[in-house]
Amino acid sequence: MKKPTIKHFTTLALVVLIMTLISGCAKADDQVVLNVYNWGDYIDEDILDTFESETGIKVNYETFATNEEMYTKIKRGGTQYDIAIPSDYMIEKMIAEDMLEPIDLSKIPNYANIDDQFKNLAFDPDNAYSVPYFWGTVGIIYNTHLIEEEIDSWDVLWDEKYKDRFTMIDSQRDSIMVALKKLGYSMNTRSLEELNAAKEALIEQKPLVLAYAGDNVKDMLISEETAMAVVWSGEASTVIQEYDYFKYALPKEGSNKWFDNVVIPKGAEHVDAAHQFIDFLCRGDIGYLNADYVGYATCNTETMKLLDPALMGTTYAYPDKALLENFEVFLDPGDFVEAYDRAWTEIKAN
Amino acid sequence: MVSKWIKRLYTSCIFIFLYAPIVVLIAFSFNDAKTTAKWEGFTLKWYQSLFQNDYIMKSLYYTVVIAILAAVLSTIIGTFAAFGIHYMKHWRQKFVLNINAIPILNPDLVTGVSLMTLFVWLNMSLGFFTMLIAHMTFCIPYVVLSVLPKLKQMPTDVLEAAMDLGATPWDAFRKVIIPEITPGIISGALIAFTLSIDDFVISFFTTGNGVSNLSIAIYSMAKRGIKPEINALSTLMFITILILLLIINKRTSNFEEL
Repeated sequence: MKKPTIKHFTTLALVVLIMTLISGCAKADDQVVLNVYNWGDYIDEDILDTFESETGIKVNYETFATNEEMYTKIKRGGTQYDIAIPSDYMIEKMIAEDMLEPIDLSKIPNYANIDDQFKNLAFDPDNAYSVPYFWGTVGIIYNTHLIEEEIDSWDVLWDEKYKDRFTMIDSQRDSIMVALKKLGYSMNTRSLEELNAAKEALIEQKPLVLAYAGDNVKDMLISEETAMAVVWSGEASTVIQEYDYFKYALPKEGSNKWFDNVVIPKGAEHVDAAHQFIDFLCRGDIGYLNADYVGYATCNTETMKLLDPALMGTTYAYPDKALLENFEVFLDPGDFVEAYDRAWTEIKAN
Repeated sequence: MVSKWIKRLYTSCIFIFLYAPIVVLIAFSFNDAKTTAKWEGFTLKWYQSLFQNDYIMKSLYYTVVIAILAAVLSTIIGTFAAFGIHYMKHWRQKFVLNINAIPILNPDLVTGVSLMTLFVWLNMSLGFFTMLIAHMTFCIPYVVLSVLPKLKQMPTDVLEAAMDLGATPWDAFRKVIIPEITPGIISGALIAFTLSIDDFVISFFTTGNGVSNLSIAIYSMAKRGIKPEINALSTLMFITILILLLIINKRTSNFEEL
């Protein structure tokens, strides 16, 4: 009874080993394999199959949870990603550190579909390194069954009557941004004084906050554990499309307008195929499938024509430009990031 | 009477504490809504979309293949290592055992980052093989520690007796020692398998280029929320393990009856 177990183990090991070797060899032919590095659950995976069957290029898909994670993976080497999808400030940082391959827009005819308002943004002023993917905002989602008043300002998050009835966002720069904007400062401030004022404001607010919530915020809202929450617009869109008694407010003091753009990291092996992939993503119909699945707002004018017209003008998807007047895009704080880190630690520890 | 009642209550509390989260998770894998906040009706659609989700299925494949390979290879290496360590002289044995303990005591983060640095320095492309090597690295010490006590329990003279009676050293090892230490080898292999399936931190640093295991795939969903497909997958994995345990228990009890 005892010996066969060992035998079984060894045979199993050999079989698996041989299988992996065989599958390893199968990949070694001339097939182009495109390594794509994206946020988790941030693409309609069916379009990857479409891309594979249309071009014969195989897509090897991998995901990350934060910009910093992705940055570390690419910076430390040992990996070869042909496509990555970081956010605004991270793109600025990667350009500054010469980590990105320039994009040849002449190879991306569908780039014409991108709305002009999403071109020449501060983090990539000449559109030399990135092509817009999705964009969105940070705002306040609230349950109209539980909150009577119309919300339009960050001030409600410092109002005693909402004690323990709202959550903040568990993201360093987004939370500090809320306080900076409430105080009327720029969210890209490099003034220690302004940052300290924001820190004090958040510490003062802390007894009122139910939690600094992460991905469980949608559950907390729907189960009415919290009446109000600071969230990314896409999360709001998911909740509101299922439960229409929620509303998403864009604070009048301004907030974060963010972008996730497609880039080609330096060292990519298949730069041409990467261009083909970006062009594919910019196609109107593909953009539609993707936007429909992900729920964030597209930067593509052709895609917008295909979308449900009811989405246009909603605060959580395609808001009126007038509402975004005071909104800003995150810039890379450079060395000042340490001051942010310290402030955040003090806020969380307090 | 009362003490018996308290005992029972205590045991059931422990089991509720251990299994309630799993029961909730299983229940919500049948929930007809994207979130776990409200019960919206019974559905099997998450199971269907689970099998259609290439990324999750590929991650599952890598998780299982790496876990089996890491368990088998580190069990083989670890068993021979334990055998060697067992026959070492005092101070050398202590020295090697301490070296063996370091990867166990080291925080995962340190192991992960140093392995990544090593692989990058060696110009290895991060992926399947680097992750496999990393998993073997942290599994081997546990195998050594689980095989060694069995060797210590073994009477010292059986090996000599076998060879006196004409067995070659290899025969003696295979036919005398291995059967003696099999329980240690099996528990070592099981520990290695579990550790490999569980690991996130070390895998995260040592993989790349499109190879990711389940823990990485699930973690990267954190920003957007864990999908109900993951509940479905966890349910299936839980049931598989439960069935395996039942079969193993049945076989061992049959074996004892003989």
